[in-house]
Amino acid sequence: MTLLEFARGPGMQWALVIFLVGVVWRLVGSFLLARNRDLSKPKGTAYAKAGVRAMIMRSIPPHELEKNIQFQHLSGYAWHLGFFATLLLFGPHVPFFKQFLGFGWPTLPNIVVLVIGGFTLAILIALLIRRAIHPVMRQISTLDDWISVFLVIIPLVTGFLSYSHVEIGAVRYETMLALHILSIEVLLVWFPFSKLMHMFYTFPSRYQVGVAMERKGVKA
Amino acid sequence: MRKEQTLGEVLAAKGVSRRGFMKFVAATTSLMALPPAMIPKVAAALENARRPSVIWLPFQECTGCTESLTRSHAPSLEGLIFDTISLDYQETIMAAAGHQAEEALAEAMKLNDGKYLLAVDGSIPTKDKAFSCIGGKSNYDVFVEAAKGAAAIVCVGTCSSFGGIPAAQPNPTGAKSVTEVLKEAGIDKPVINVPGCPPLPNAITGVLAQYLTFGQLPELDHLGRPKAFYGQNIHDRCYRRPFYERGQFAETFDDEGAKKGWCLFKVGCKGPVTYNACATIKWNGGTGWPVEGGHGCLGCSEPGFWDWGGFYKPLSQGQWGGWKTLGVAAAAGAAIGLASVAVTRSRQAKARQEAKV
Repeated sequence: MTLLEFARGPGMQWALVIFLVGVVWRLVGSFLLARNRDLSKPKGTAYAKAGVRAMIMRSIPPHELEKNIQFQHLSGYAWHLGFFATLLLFGPHVPFFKQFLGFGWPTLPNIVVLVIGGFTLAILIALLIRRAIHPVMRQISTLDDWISVFLVIIPLVTGFLSYSHVEIGAVRYETMLALHILSIEVLLVWFPFSKLMHMFYTFPSRYQVGVAMERKGVKA
Repeated sequence: MRKEQTLGEVLAAKGVSRRGFMKFVAATTSLMALPPAMIPKVAAALENARRPSVIWLPFQECTGCTESLTRSHAPSLEGLIFDTISLDYQETIMAAAGHQAEEALAEAMKLNDGKYLLAVDGSIPTKDKAFSCIGGKSNYDVFVEAAKGAAAIVCVGTCSSFGGIPAAQPNPTGAKSVTEVLKEAGIDKPVINVPGCPPLPNAITGVLAQYLTFGQLPELDHLGRPKAFYGQNIHDRCYRRPFYERGQFAETFDDEGAKKGWCLFKVGCKGPVTYNACATIKWNGGTGWPVEGGHGCLGCSEPGFWDWGGFYKPLSQGQWGGWKTLGVAAAAGAAIGLASVAVTRSRQAKARQEAKV
């Protein structure tokens, strides 16, 4: 079995199984956590409105901190959007999703995706360097942060290398493609057990915070 | 044709002009990736080449490789070159049959011991040697005996090169490639793989021309294939590549994209992982090739192409197991999640109880 056969066969199957087991496990575990009953009298009851408001308001930087976190904030949005545009709008990626969903969608010309991907990669590397040299960032970074950023960068790097058909020693396109697919599979395996779970937690947790604040009568 | 005749004499007798011969030499020199300065040397060497003995053994195969060569675009210079080797044993086209044929094989092997070129087409069954026999002898035994006296072995087609269709899962006959059997039998011989299902006739004749010219085998890649024919990627040389770059793909074989000749990646083309000269040399006298005919490349010159999960499955798809498998995975995840919640809640209840006490 070649590396590509492994990546497209058992590798893909096991990565998806581990991803799904882990994600469902963590979601069920989190949502059914036992919480103490709040016996206080609610000071507000527009829970849904408050929840949705918190989801939106906490997605834009608070005015007081805007200057300090502008770079972090904008670069964060830029690379997330770039990553998903590269993932979902590159022609050869669509069949991967089509095999699950049964339908595809229009894609962008390769050159556009390459520019977006390159931009995304540059931001991620800049953020990684910043994390390494910024004293505060370095202090608060955990192993999870380093591994997660690294595992997001690798698919972009291998994607560029496989797209360009560059031969690095004995590593030809098919091996590079296998490494690209494997890098995604490693990311899928790592996903449920890392900070990458924020993809599922971010908005529900913001909603929950909004509801809790509404109950306490706090406009936040 | 006498065995002592040189290639030049044979071609002259067949009415091939000097101009036609030189055109062939220039093309062959180019195919072998040699500089133009080598053309006169190749021409001289080919003209004066003596006919080497070639023994062609067919095992688990469909004769497509032989068809590819003999039905290429005859009469051709390649065909004439093929005529000029001493093909001492080839079951499909030889006149002799039965014991006479086997005697011809034994005689050719004895007379040219250590000097003949052994061409093999088809994979060799190893699970039970009796699965494929010729004249009461198993393919395995015939091959091992012939390989011992060969100067070099040319694997014609993917079956002999890598196992091919007979080796497809579950590989009921235990089909193996020539290289694997040689390793198993402890025989060390130079092997050149000319894979393809079938291989380009030019690749077969190119290898023979190189052997006739220089008495040695061409430069090979990591899979034992001549770099001159298998050094380039189909996708890199495909005339549909600009459509790939523009993100224009045929989604089915009869949609607008297919009619407009767009890239066939999404309908399973394996060009990006295939190394062959189909896109440049083309088939049927250079008139076309599968992708030009509207069908994606199957990757037939690559090991394992028969088990890549389907000819029409794009490279970016894989064996993901289906919704049933993923459903079981999700259910398992939910069960683990519920169990962890139960454990946590019981611990919390216990802690609360203890706090009250």
